[in-house]
Amino acid sequence: MEIANSFFNLGYLDSLSYKKSFIHRLDPRIKTIVTLTFVVTVVSFPQKELSGLLSFFIYPVFIIALAEIPLGFILKKLVIVSPFVLMVAIFNPFLDKTPVMELYGITITTGWISFLSIIVKFILTISAALLLIATTSFVGICEGLSRMRVPEVFVVQLMLLYRYIFVLVEEALRMVRARDSRSFGKKGRGIKTFINLAGILLVRTIHRADRIYSAMLSRGYSGTIPQKRTHRIRTKEVFYLIIWVGLFILFRKYNLSLAIGQLF
Amino acid sequence: MHMADALLSPAVGGVFWAATAATTAYAAKKLRQEENEKLIPLMGVLGAFVFAAQMINFTIPGTGSSGHIGGGMLLAILLGPNAAFIVIASVLTVQALFFADGGLLALGANIWNLGFYPSYIAYPFIYKAIVKDNPTPKKITLASVLSVVAALQLGAFSVVLQTKLSGISELPFKNFLMLMQPIHLAIGIAEGFITAGVVNYIRSIQPEIIEKKTTVSYKKAVIALSIMAVITGGLLSWFASTHPDGLEWSIMNVYGEPELEQKDNPIVNKLQSIQEKTAILPDYSLPEPEATTEEAAEGWPNADPGTSLSGILGGLIVLLVVAAFGMGLRRFSRSGNSQ
Repeated sequence: MEIANSFFNLGYLDSLSYKKSFIHRLDPRIKTIVTLTFVVTVVSFPQKELSGLLSFFIYPVFIIALAEIPLGFILKKLVIVSPFVLMVAIFNPFLDKTPVMELYGITITTGWISFLSIIVKFILTISAALLLIATTSFVGICEGLSRMRVPEVFVVQLMLLYRYIFVLVEEALRMVRARDSRSFGKKGRGIKTFINLAGILLVRTIHRADRIYSAMLSRGYSGTIPQKRTHRIRTKEVFYLIIWVGLFILFRKYNLSLAIGQLF
Repeated sequence: MHMADALLSPAVGGVFWAATAATTAYAAKKLRQEENEKLIPLMGVLGAFVFAAQMINFTIPGTGSSGHIGGGMLLAILLGPNAAFIVIASVLTVQALFFADGGLLALGANIWNLGFYPSYIAYPFIYKAIVKDNPTPKKITLASVLSVVAALQLGAFSVVLQTKLSGISELPFKNFLMLMQPIHLAIGIAEGFITAGVVNYIRSIQPEIIEKKTTVSYKKAVIALSIMAVITGGLLSWFASTHPDGLEWSIMNVYGEPELEQKDNPIVNKLQSIQEKTAILPDYSLPEPEATTEEAAEGWPNADPGTSLSGILGGLIVLLVVAAFGMGLRRFSRSGNSQ
C-alpha cells in the first residue's frame, strides 16, 4: 500500500539518522549551513549550463558513502517526487529548439540542455535535503534551529508535531483498517465516510491535546520547553564547513568537466 | 503543487525565504502576546493530524482516483491565522525533509504559497467576513468553499509567478497559468466541501471547538500585512526587473507588445548597441529553430562543437571519478566501522 509505505519511510529515515558515522556526529548547524550553501550554489547555475553542475555530485556521493546511506532508498524517493518537476521541465525541449551541436548525427538543442540541467539540479538539491535528515536526527535539527535563533514557538511546534505524527498516523491507519473490513469493494470509500472519519480523528486529536497539556503541566511546564544541548562546534566542524564551501565556490567558478575534457 | 528547488533561481527563492521568515517571526510574536500556553500542544498535535488525515484515502467522485486533503484552511478555522501559519510551516518543513517535497530553498516559497494565503488572506477576508460571529451550517459551507478555492488559486498563481520569475522553465506564462488554475479550481472545490463537512461535523458534536472567539485584532494585522505585502511586492519587482522575461512580461500586459516601441533617441540607441554587443543572449525570447549552428553558438557561451564535446567528455570523466571516489570511501568507512 502506497500510503502506509510513505509512513514507513518516515520511520526508516529516522532510524538512519541514529547511525554513528563521522557525518552523523557533526554539529547539526554546520550540516544545515553546508546543505543550504550547496543548494543555493547549485541553483545559481544559469538555465543552459549542464557540464559545470556535474562536479557537484561529489557532495551527495561523499555523504552516501561515508554515512552508509543506502543509495537505492534515495533514488526511490527521488523518483516518487519527480512528477511536478518533470511536467514543467519537459516543455523546454519543445519550446526551445536552438541547435547547439551535432553528435553522431543527432542534433542537440539548448532546450534539451536546459531540460537536463533542471533534472540534474533536481537530483542534487533533493538528495541534499534527504541526506541532511538521514544524517541528522530530527531532534538534532530542532536543536540546531533553536540555537540559530529560529522563534521558539516554531521549534517547539516542530518537535511536538514530529513526536505525535507516529501516534496519530497509527490511529488513522487503525480507522482505515476498521472501515475497510466493514465495507465491500469500493463502498465506504466515499467523501461522506471520509468526512466522518476525519471529523472523529480531529475530535480525538483535540482531546488528546487536552490530556497532553495536563501531562505537561503536571511535569512543570511553564510555557517553554528546555532543550538538551548535545552538540558543539569544534575545529573539525570548522574545517568541514570551510572545505565544502570552498569546493562549492570553486566548482561554481571553474567548470571542471570542461577543463578535463579539453585535456584530450 | 509543491514548488521545487530545481525550478527556482536563488533570488526568487531568497525573497520568499525572507518573506516567510518575517511572517513566521510576526506570527510567533503575536502568539507570545496571546500567552495561551494551552495552544502549544494543540498546535503540535493538529500538525500531526494533517499527516494522519492524509493516510485516510477516499475516492474522488466521478474519477475513481484517490485523493487526500491539504488542510491549510481547516487549521486556520480551528486555530486562527497566526497559529495556523506556524503549524502549516512546520508541516511543510517536515514534508520537505522527510518526503523530499520541493527542497530546502523552495521551502520558503512553499510555506508562502500554502500558508500565507489561507491564514492571512482567505481566513480574515473571506471566511471571517462571511461567517462573522454566528456560524450556521450554510454559512460555514459557503465560507469554506470560497476561502479554500481563493487560497488555492492564489497559491497556484504564486507557483506560476515564481517559476516565471526564476526563468528556468521555458513554459510561457499564459500557458502555464491555463494549466495550473483550472486544476486547482477542481481541487479547491473538493477540498472546500470536505473542509466544510469536517467543520460542520465537529460543530454538531462539540460546538465549543469552533465557536470560541478569537482575540486577535484583525485591523492591526491587516495593516501590518498589507505593508509587508507592498514591501515584498516591491522587492520582487526589483528582482524581476533584473530578469528580461519578467519585465517584458509586465510590459506585454500593459502595452500588449513584448517591447516598447523605441523612439529615436540617441542615448537609447547608443545604450542598446552596447547592450547588444555585451549581452550573451541578446533577446532570447525569440529562439529560432532554423538558426544555423554558427548563429546558435552565440546563444550558449563557448558553444562551438569542439568545446561542447569536451564538456560531455569531461563531464563523464568527472562522474566516473566521483563514483569511484564514493565506492572507495564506502569500503574505507566500512572497514573503519567494523574494527
